[in-house]
Amino acid sequence: MSNSVHVYDARADHATVNAQSPLAYSFQRSGMPAPGEEGRAVVGERAFLGHLILRGGAIVLDEALREVLGIGLPGRPNSLTVDADGQRSVQWLSPDEWLLIVPGDETFGLETRLRAHLGGSHVAIVDVSAGQTLIELTGEAAHGVLMKSTVYDVDPHAFTVGKGVTTIFAKTSVILRRPDESRWELIVRRSFADYVYRWLLDAGEEYGIGVARESRHESQ
Amino acid sequence: MFHIYCPYCEELREEEEFHPKGQAHIARPEEPDACSDEEWGDYLFFRDNPRGIHHEMWLHAVGCRKFFNITRNTVSYEILETYKMGEQPTVGAEHLAREEKTAREGKTDSVQVAEGGQQTVGASDAAQASVKGA
Repeated sequence: MSNSVHVYDARADHATVNAQSPLAYSFQRSGMPAPGEEGRAVVGERAFLGHLILRGGAIVLDEALREVLGIGLPGRPNSLTVDADGQRSVQWLSPDEWLLIVPGDETFGLETRLRAHLGGSHVAIVDVSAGQTLIELTGEAAHGVLMKSTVYDVDPHAFTVGKGVTTIFAKTSVILRRPDESRWELIVRRSFADYVYRWLLDAGEEYGIGVARESRHESQ
Repeated sequence: MFHIYCPYCEELREEEEFHPKGQAHIARPEEPDACSDEEWGDYLFFRDNPRGIHHEMWLHAVGCRKFFNITRNTVSYEILETYKMGEQPTVGAEHLAREEKTAREGKTDSVQVAEGGQQTVGASDAAQASVKGA
């Protein structure tokens, strides 16, 4: 049996393909209310990022990641490591599973370099970029919106910066994390993105929730 | 609304995130071909349903998605410990026996110990008799 892995760039060439973010349809159908004057709660999508699932032993993956990306693997449960400019992050998902998020156009190159570095090690790298999307929640009332939606303790003192968990959110599951003081990130499955978006608009209505317009939800 | 300690996430998480997955520590027969039908049937289909201490597998389904073990009292629903797969429980039936002994010596009114050594909480003889249809 051959031991080789067939790797190919699954990312659409945005110059020729009109890719749509998982929330593109929701923005049209459910609307994008503008954030209130105070902007107490603002939701936004960071579309087309590269999501890689790393599975395997912590030591071998940590070594490869430090070498290739310059950031270490978080060893503690429910923790998150973000690089200096906040563009790349690694999150602990389970004792042998991590989620790596990088800018979309770096994904394939990174995967290739990681594979080259890991050689024949017993690991798996899966590109799940197309299967999920990242929703960002900011503003002083952000944590109020979360409290209405999840059973997990999102008190800012308990849910400190650098923490990330997979938990129940509005009857579905999300990866919830806090990369810095002002931002919460929700990673939702593509098929649940519309549901979670509409839930957030509804839950955030009392806080005057609005939608931050990202330059690119659809590439031309 | 109660919390279960996940030994992999190392924190207490909401019950909603977990699924029970039945009896733990069931060893697959070393040589299935050499088993009698009864032994194989026991392994495949027959599970304990004890009144008292039970070692169970649970799955942290929304979370780390790992199986782990719980030692649970099926009478009081109290979770006595949780431990990782491959580990052995530190709490067993003797824990319950010890508790019963303490209760018996303490002669508390709220806890009664039935003849079979099982703990019945807050039940009078008359109430028990009516439940059993005697």
